[in-house]
Amino acid sequence: MNPGDNLNFEPALIEVFLFIAGLVLLLVGSLGEKEGGRAVTPLAVLALIVASLLLLGVDSGPVETFGGHFVFDAFAAFLKVLILWGAAASIVLAQGYFDDFRLHHFEYPILAIFASLGMCMMVSANSLLALYMGLELLSLPLYVMAAYHRDTLRSSEAGLKYFILGALASGLLLYGCSLVYGFTGTLSFAELSLHFTNAPEGVPLSTGALVGVIFVIAGLAFKLSAVPFHMWTPDVYEGAPTPVTAFFAAAPKVAALGLIVRVLMQPFGEWVEAWQQVIVFIAICSMLLGAFAAIGQTNFKRLMAYSSIGNVGYALVGLASGTERGVYGVLVYIAIYLVMTLGTFACILMMRRQGRPVEAISDLAGLSKTQPMMALALAIFMFSLAGIPPLAGFFGKLYLFMAAVDAGLIIVAVIGVLASVVSAYYYLRIVKLIYFDETTDPLEPSARPELGAIAAIAALMIAFFIVVPGPLLDAADSAAAAVMH
Amino acid sequence: MGDWPLLSLVTFLPLVGAAFIFFIRGEAEIAARNARSVALWTSLVTFLLSLMVLGNFDPGLDGFQLVEQADWMPILGISYHMGVDGISLWFVLLSTLLTVLCVISSWYSVKVRVKEYMIAFLVMDTLMVGVFCALDVVLFYVFFEGILIPMYLIIGIWGGPRRIYASFKFFLYTLLGSVLFLVAILYMYLQAGTTDIPTLMTFEFAEGAQRWLWLALFASFAVKVPMWPFHTWLPDAHVEAPTAGSVLLAGVLLKLGGYGFLRFSLPMLPDASVYFTPLIYVLSTVAIVYTSLVALMQTDMKKLIAYSSVAHMGIVTIGIFTPNALGVQGSVIQMLSHGIVSAALFMIVGVIYDRMHTREIARYGGLVQRMPVYAAVFMLFMLASVGLPGTSGFIGEMLVIVGVFQTNTWVALFAATSLILGACYMLWLYRRVIFGGLSRDDLKSIGDMRPNEMIAFAPLVVLVVLMGVYPSIFLDPMIPAVDTILARLADAGSPAAQAALGR
Repeated sequence: MNPGDNLNFEPALIEVFLFIAGLVLLLVGSLGEKEGGRAVTPLAVLALIVASLLLLGVDSGPVETFGGHFVFDAFAAFLKVLILWGAAASIVLAQGYFDDFRLHHFEYPILAIFASLGMCMMVSANSLLALYMGLELLSLPLYVMAAYHRDTLRSSEAGLKYFILGALASGLLLYGCSLVYGFTGTLSFAELSLHFTNAPEGVPLSTGALVGVIFVIAGLAFKLSAVPFHMWTPDVYEGAPTPVTAFFAAAPKVAALGLIVRVLMQPFGEWVEAWQQVIVFIAICSMLLGAFAAIGQTNFKRLMAYSSIGNVGYALVGLASGTERGVYGVLVYIAIYLVMTLGTFACILMMRRQGRPVEAISDLAGLSKTQPMMALALAIFMFSLAGIPPLAGFFGKLYLFMAAVDAGLIIVAVIGVLASVVSAYYYLRIVKLIYFDETTDPLEPSARPELGAIAAIAALMIAFFIVVPGPLLDAADSAAAAVMH
Repeated sequence: MGDWPLLSLVTFLPLVGAAFIFFIRGEAEIAARNARSVALWTSLVTFLLSLMVLGNFDPGLDGFQLVEQADWMPILGISYHMGVDGISLWFVLLSTLLTVLCVISSWYSVKVRVKEYMIAFLVMDTLMVGVFCALDVVLFYVFFEGILIPMYLIIGIWGGPRRIYASFKFFLYTLLGSVLFLVAILYMYLQAGTTDIPTLMTFEFAEGAQRWLWLALFASFAVKVPMWPFHTWLPDAHVEAPTAGSVLLAGVLLKLGGYGFLRFSLPMLPDASVYFTPLIYVLSTVAIVYTSLVALMQTDMKKLIAYSSVAHMGIVTIGIFTPNALGVQGSVIQMLSHGIVSAALFMIVGVIYDRMHTREIARYGGLVQRMPVYAAVFMLFMLASVGLPGTSGFIGEMLVIVGVFQTNTWVALFAATSLILGACYMLWLYRRVIFGGLSRDDLKSIGDMRPNEMIAFAPLVVLVVLMGVYPSIFLDPMIPAVDTILARLADAGSPAAQAALGR
C-alpha cells in the first residue's frame, strides 16, 4: 500500500473544516473580549451549516482514508447531516436560557463544535481505534457541558455523575476492543468482517472475541442510555441546564446509534447470532422501562429522559433484526426522533413564569387557552412520540416493527407495540394538561422568537411527513444500502 | 366529471375547511360565528360531493370503483390507493351526512372553543371518509387510528364531568386493540409482499398463520364494535362525550369494527373466520342478552342507548359471520340503520340535555304535553331501534335472523330476544320520559324543538322510513361486493370446521 493513497483528506473534509472552525472560534472568543464572545454563537451555527453544505460536495463513494481507519459513505453522510443540523439547532436553542442565567461564556458553542466533530468521527469510524477516538472526542465536551451551570449543585452533580459513569463505560469499551484485537488480530472493520466470513464451518468462534463484542456493546449501550446502562440518564437530563439536555437528547443519540449500527452490521455483521439476543434483550428492557418508569414523573426533562430510553429501545428493535430493512428503519426513526426531540425541547425552553424557566409537567395546565400555537406544537410532538398516525412518529415505528416481523422477531414487535400503548398514557397526560385542564396561573409567552421558530418548523415537519415522505425515505434507503454493501 | 379524483376530494375537502377555520382571527363571537358557517358549508359541500360518488357508482359492477392510485412510499410498495365498493359506499355517505348534522345540532349548544370544535369535526370527517375509501392497508390504518386523536380531544375538551377518565379509557382501550392489528398488517405485508387490499383479499395465507392473524385483527375490531366483554369503554365514552361526539361515535366509529371484519377478516382469512365463528356467536349472543338486561336498569339516558348499541352491534357480528348473503347484507343494513337510529337517539337526548342539563330519566316525564314534535320524532326512532316493520331496524334484524336461522337455530333464537328485550327497555324509556304527568316545575317551561334541530332530524327521519319501506335501494348495490366476500368463504373451511357449523 502506498502511504500517499491513504492520506486523502477529501473524505474527511467536514471534520477538517470543523476542526479549523473550532480553533478559529476559540481564538475569536478569547481575543475578542465581550463582543467577540457574542459573535461566537452565530459563527458556530454558521460553521455547522456550512459543514452540512460541504457534505454535498463530497463523493460518497464509499471512500476509505487514513490507512482504512476512516470511511465516508452514504450512511455517514446521512447521519452527519442529522448531527450537524441537530447540533446547530441545539446551539440556537441555548441562547435564551444562557441570557437568563448570565452564562455568557463563549466556550459553549465551541464545545458543541468539538462534540460535533467527535460525532462525525464516530459515524465515519472504520476501525475500533477510530471508534474510540470519536467517542471520546464527543464525551469530553459533553462532560463539561453537563456541568456548565457550575454554580448550581444539580448541574455540577450531573456533570460529575456523567463523567464517572462515562469513564467507566469508556473503560468497558476499550477493554472490549482490546479483547477483540487480541483474539482476532486486527482492529480494522473490513478485516474483522473478513475474519468472520472466512471462519471455518462448524468451528465455534472464539469465546474471547465474543466477550469482547459484548463489552463493546455494553460500552455503546451506555452512551445510548439503553437499559441496563441507563441509570445516569434521568439525573443528568434533569440536572444539566435545559439547552444542554436538548443537545444530549438530539445529536449524540444519532451518532451513538449510527455507530452501534455500523459496528454490529459491518465487522460483526456475519456474526448476527452472537449479538442478536443481546440487542433483543437490551431493546425489550429499554422499551419496557421507558414506558413504565415515565408514568410517575412530574418533571418534564426527567420524563423526556425516560422517553428517550424507550425510544432507543424501539430503534434497537430495528438493529436486532440484523437486516437492511432493520437499518433502514433505524435511520428513518432517528431522523424523525431528532426532529420530535428538538421540537419538544424548544417547547420546554419556552415554559416560563415570572421571568424564570419552569420545568414541571403541571405547569403546562391550560396552555391551549393562553398560547394556542405552542399548545398545538407540543400536542403534535406528544401524539407523534406516542406513535399515533398520521404523524411522523408512527411511520418511524412502522418501519422498525416491519423489520422485526420480517426477521421473525414477532414477539419483540408485540412487546414493542404494547409498550407503546403504555407510553401513550404519559404522552396523553401532557395533552390532557394542555387541552383539558384549566389554570389560574398560566405560563408567560416566551420572548425568544427563535424557540418558536424551531418548534414551528419541527411541528410542520412532523405533521406533514405523511404528505412528502419521499426525500427522507430515499436518503435512508441509500444510506442503509451503503452500510450493508 | 369522471376524471376528477372524486374520492380524494370528498376525503380531503373537510381538511381545507378546517385549515380555513384555523386561520380565522378576530373577536371571539364573530370568529365563532364564522367558524360555524365555514364548517357547515364545508361539510355540506362534502356531503353533496359524496352524493356524486353515489351517482357515479355503477351498482351492476363487481370490484372497486372510482379507483385512484398514486405512489406514496414506493420503496415499500405502499401506495395511496382509494376506491369504494357497494359496502363502503354507504358508510362514506353515512359519515358525510352525520358530520353535517353534527355541525347543525351543535350550532347553539357549543359555546366554548367553537373554532377548535369545528376543526375537530371536520378532521373527523376526513378521517372517517378516508378509512372507508382506503384500499391500502397502511393507508387504512393511518385513518383508522388517526380518528383517535380528534375523538380524544372532543371527549376531553367538550365532555361531561368525568370526561378525562372517559377520554383516556377510550383512547388507550382502542389503541391497545389497534396495535395488534398493526403487527398483523406487517406480517400480512411480508407474507404477501403487498399492502394492497384487493390483492390481499385474494391471497392465501397458511392456515396456522391465519388463526393468529385473525385473533390480532379480532383484538382491534372487537374493541371497536364493541363486542362483549370488550365493550366497557363505550358507556363511559358515550356518557361523557358531547352530543355530536356521541353521534359520530355511535353512528360511524362503531361501524369500523364491523367494516373491518367484512373487509379484512372474512376475505383475507377465510379459514380462520370459519374456525372462529362459534366464538363470535357466543360473544354476540351474550352481548345481546346481557347488555339488553343491563340497559333495562340504566338511569342515565345516554348510558341506556350506549348499552343498546352493544346489543344491536351483536346482531351485526352474528350477521357477518353467518356467513350467507342474507346475513351479511342484513348486517350491513343493520349497521347503516343503527348508524342513523343511534345517532338520532343521541341527538334526541341532546335536545333535552341542552335545555335541562341532565340525562337522568327520573328527572323527566310528561314531555309530550310541552314538546309534541319532539315526542313524535322520538317515537319514530324509538320504534326503529326496536325494529318495528316499516322502519330500517326491522329490515336489518329480520335479514340477520333469517340468515342465521339457516346456520344455527339456537343463535337465531337468542338473536331474536334482542327484539323483545329492546322493546322492553326502549318502550319503558319512552314512557318514563314522554308520558305521565308533567309534575316537575322546571319542565313546564320547556320549549319544543328549534328549527335547527328539526332540520337536523329531517334527513334521518326520511332515511329511516325509506330504508324500512324500500330497502332495495341500499341492498342492490352491495350485492356484488357481498358475493365476492362469500365466494372467498365458500371454498374455505376445513371439513371439521364445516361440520362444527352443521353445514
